[in-house]
Amino acid sequence: MTTSAPTKSKNPVVRFLNMNTSGEVGGRDLPLWRQVLLQLLTLFITAEVLFPILYIVTLSFSSKTSRPSALELFPKEISFVAYQQVLDRPTANPVTFLQLLLNSFLLSVGVGLAALLVAVTAAYAFSRFKFKMRQVLMVLVFVPLLMPAIGLSAPLYLLMNSVRIANCGGGVTAFYPFTSCGASTGQAIFNLRDSLLGVGIAMIAGALPFAVWNLKGYLDTIPKELEEAAMIDGADPDQIFWQIVLPLAMPQLAVTFFLGFIGHWQEFALPWLFLTQPKDYTLAMTLYNMTGQYANSIPWNRFAAMAIIVALPVAIIYIALQKQIVSGLTAGGVKG
Amino acid sequence: MATTSMQLSREKRKAVFRKVSLPYLYLLPAFAVMGVITFYPLIYQVIISFTDFQTKDLLLQLASPELKKVGVQNYVDIITGGLPVQNFEFFRVLIYNIWWALTNVMVHVPAGVLIAVLLNTQGLWGKRIYRAIFVLPVVVPPIVVGTVWKNIFDEQYGAMNQFLTLLVHLFGQIDPVRIRWLQEYSPPIPWLLPNGPLTLAYYAMMIANFWLGWPFMTLVATGALQSIPKDLYEAASIDGASGAQQFWNITVPLLRPVMIPAAVYGFTLSFNLFNFVYFMSGGGPARSTEILVTFAFDLIRNLRLYGVAAAFSVIIFFVALVVFLITNRITRATESYTEA
Repeated sequence: MTTSAPTKSKNPVVRFLNMNTSGEVGGRDLPLWRQVLLQLLTLFITAEVLFPILYIVTLSFSSKTSRPSALELFPKEISFVAYQQVLDRPTANPVTFLQLLLNSFLLSVGVGLAALLVAVTAAYAFSRFKFKMRQVLMVLVFVPLLMPAIGLSAPLYLLMNSVRIANCGGGVTAFYPFTSCGASTGQAIFNLRDSLLGVGIAMIAGALPFAVWNLKGYLDTIPKELEEAAMIDGADPDQIFWQIVLPLAMPQLAVTFFLGFIGHWQEFALPWLFLTQPKDYTLAMTLYNMTGQYANSIPWNRFAAMAIIVALPVAIIYIALQKQIVSGLTAGGVKG
Repeated sequence: MATTSMQLSREKRKAVFRKVSLPYLYLLPAFAVMGVITFYPLIYQVIISFTDFQTKDLLLQLASPELKKVGVQNYVDIITGGLPVQNFEFFRVLIYNIWWALTNVMVHVPAGVLIAVLLNTQGLWGKRIYRAIFVLPVVVPPIVVGTVWKNIFDEQYGAMNQFLTLLVHLFGQIDPVRIRWLQEYSPPIPWLLPNGPLTLAYYAMMIANFWLGWPFMTLVATGALQSIPKDLYEAASIDGASGAQQFWNITVPLLRPVMIPAAVYGFTLSFNLFNFVYFMSGGGPARSTEILVTFAFDLIRNLRLYGVAAAFSVIIFFVALVVFLITNRITRATESYTEA
């Protein structure tokens, strides 16, 4: 419970925004000519940062479907036509915006929660227990982190593709790869590879090692005094984990979940590789479709609106994340 | 008496067993999941990397009668350029990939540090507002950044050419600027990377990724700057050190332990920057901006050469391993530097 807790936050965004500048404002120390010079410099950088943002926001507020022939960085009109059209019918496919949103949310939340659930006990074991093979097992969890996610997508694609349910006809259903229809291939009912479930499972392969390492790093920083005190009081390791460590780790679990969410929300490679049915598409895939080979048929104001809609949840979570971390640090803990 | 002591020891043995097995029990869920979706696929990947696995084998996979064992042929083909793929030379792509990551970090880190120092100037007006604005690029998802900048660099209607048109108008030019940022193949500076064309698309992507990259470095550097004691600067200025001398002799050495891990992180991130590259240039024109991961993706999704893709992924793994070993060494070296 220290007042300096927010500045100790591990998240650089939070530290950056919370930095105390109050003691320095006033400008008395700075000669005017230098102040003006530095202001010009910072304004120039501000212009660089705002340039693409202003451009895309202006585009999204335009009611014209054609692209502007000259540079416009400030909206001449505020029209929500583009947003409305994106929400009504985002692509040429017969998929509603709600469906795309739901798919993106299902994947991001599902993968985040599943990875966390499986990772937390492993992180605790690595952080607190001493046992044989600890080093070896830790390296085993670390190795997949080295591999870029794309590096595992070929075997995942092939293995998922072999998990299928087919109607063989005559009331016989085959569950590949365990049973098959025999000589005929049967009529496909379900293919794990071509489903959100399959994509989710494949994404967990990347998310899990990250969650284990992130949580272990945090658990290492939780002081052991509380656990030792509980041990003296006769609590067994299970009780210590569920009743002491887990509640303490909750804020970090939330942070890990949201960091994962930000990543999964933008996940593109695996869904784009696995999914073929428009009803399963995610927002990231739709955004790509709007800039890909069909881009010429899509009005730019709608593309701009879509880009902003996709960016919004991530930006909001960054702001929400900040509060999470700060309150997480000031609640609980042995310090102070 | 005897029975109770035996019971006790049995209880004790049970407790000991529980204590020994507990860590493994806690690890079980994670390793069970990873076994199925990570380790098994990794082994499977190595196996099929020695075959000519293609669409024809999708149904029966390893049991497919048409599946041919080709030995190390896939690896040889990748390295020597024997793949049935246009515009792909392994070493050109590898060197471009390293160059891409390196040049990104080389501009992001100095720019980030300088802007952090600028923002840290005592008495600068509007610091809080500037900080709130400068953090914006960190908050925007890279896929959105990639798509937006792709449109900014559009030949006809892109904001970049329109902006340049405005500029040249100031100098009396009338013709609108029509630079084919993402399509032009001939490299503007041919000698810069001798073994491959650095097309205009590379520069366009450097500009776009610069927008995304320096604010993160500024975030990190600002945190480190705030922890440098102010009296160091005061003592230096009493001794008559100029601003530049203070920067090189106090700020830079004290920032180094923080900025080097950040630079290493930035390098690894840029090295595998799939989403941004795929959304902005798609690796084009003519694979000139292709990096290893985007090419691997192309092998799987469009070319459907699964055996080759598996071999390529194994190679990527070893490249990543080498990159990790080198960067890890650099980070370790800076750690001992701070302790010394």
